[in-house]
Amino acid sequence: MVEGSPSLGWRNYSQRYNLAGNECKTCGKHFFPAVALCPTCRRKGKLVETKMPMEGRLLSYSKVFVGPVGFEMDAPYHLGLVKLQNNVKILAEIVDTPENKIKIGSKVRKVFRKIHSEGETGTISYGYKFRVV
Amino acid sequence: MNAGIVAYGSYVPKLRITPEEIGRVWGKDGKKVGQSLGVKEKAVAAFDEDTATISVEAARNAINDFGIDAKKIGAVYVGSESHPYAVKPTSSIVAEAIETGNDYTAADLEFACKAGTAGMQACAGMVNSNMIEYGLAIGSDTAQGKPNDALEFTAGSGGTAFIIGKKPKEIIAKINHTCSFTSDTPDFWRRQHAEFPEHGGRFTGEPAYFRHVHSAAKMCMDKMKRKPKDYKYAVFHQPNGKFPLKVGKMLGFTDKQLEQGLMTPLIGNTYSGSTPIGLASILDVAKPGDKILAVSYGSGAGSDAFDLTVTKNITKKRAKVSVRKLIENKEYVDYAIYAKNRKKLKTL
Repeated sequence: MVEGSPSLGWRNYSQRYNLAGNECKTCGKHFFPAVALCPTCRRKGKLVETKMPMEGRLLSYSKVFVGPVGFEMDAPYHLGLVKLQNNVKILAEIVDTPENKIKIGSKVRKVFRKIHSEGETGTISYGYKFRVV
Repeated sequence: MNAGIVAYGSYVPKLRITPEEIGRVWGKDGKKVGQSLGVKEKAVAAFDEDTATISVEAARNAINDFGIDAKKIGAVYVGSESHPYAVKPTSSIVAEAIETGNDYTAADLEFACKAGTAGMQACAGMVNSNMIEYGLAIGSDTAQGKPNDALEFTAGSGGTAFIIGKKPKEIIAKINHTCSFTSDTPDFWRRQHAEFPEHGGRFTGEPAYFRHVHSAAKMCMDKMKRKPKDYKYAVFHQPNGKFPLKVGKMLGFTDKQLEQGLMTPLIGNTYSGSTPIGLASILDVAKPGDKILAVSYGSGAGSDAFDLTVTKNITKKRAKVSVRKLIENKEYVDYAIYAKNRKKLKTL
């Protein structure tokens, strides 16, 4: 996400802004990010675009003290593994939440936030993060 | 005019800083400064929040709470003086995030603190002339205040989105009339590439704020043949907690008519978001038939006035979380965390 070109980010707007993934109409399984082929149904699968739910629960989390390239100044921050209401798991930053409220099982909701800025002159990437509700 | 507000939504960042904490750093009696400005605390956008993220959250609240089909929005205007890009619209980012499709016109507006209401006027005009079905107008800012400047005690962050439409069964507040009073008055400005705005000190008062707000309010009331007592509520732009009460008194309004829309004491001056957030707070409690006078002010300078009547539809549809409830979710930060979040440290 960090080193992407403007066009790479542009191609992923629906994924990043609205959690657009897909669903296999044959087996009913949801995928995020979208997959090209249903791993279960293979060629018999029928994939259609679908939005992931806005809410889920924290399966696990970690506090990041040393962020990777592009996120150095964001640290410390919490990275959470969120199980959405449709059972899809998603890795995202947990924001706007005091540390003592970030717990396994906490209910979380998607928010729209700035993810990264390419320095002072490059493009700004926006996308999803979650907060405990 | 047939147009009116059919939906509204607000967003205020969670972080807060008090005047006492700002004063502590600059050797000033922050409590006294806060009292003199009528500000108890101000909302601070987090490291990863900007005018685009605030606008998207506000617009999504409006769409979701009122069941608006975003595909029917034909115009998107975001008014702000803190757009994330100098060139590249915030409005298209918002439209993409709320999924309007591509059949819409958009522009970013800037007129100091009144660009949000200018967007409402543009949408009302387009809706009225049948150019569009719905127009989305947002007033949103992450206001900049130079460290150790008087503005730093008030410059806050937040925004409100209004969707303007004309279907009588959807309108919650009919726009009876809108007018503006505008002049070339250099009371506050920010030059290209300058990080913080400059202002004319006391010059921002009498010839600037008071002249424009008072004139636009009078023009609007005269046109509608109304007196201050005809309005249940009024909201005037809130650069601090004192000016709107003073101009209200000059016009003949009581503090009681103003208190519901007076948000600056609790979240600071959200610039382009200031009057829209105040109006949203009024819509949170207004009853059918209530008349509202809303007058914004943007330095440079101009005021947009709106005469509104709340309809019976408001009993069925309101924001799910009121502005006053929304701002209860807060976390106080010290000056160091504030400086980090607002990128006042040069290495950020």
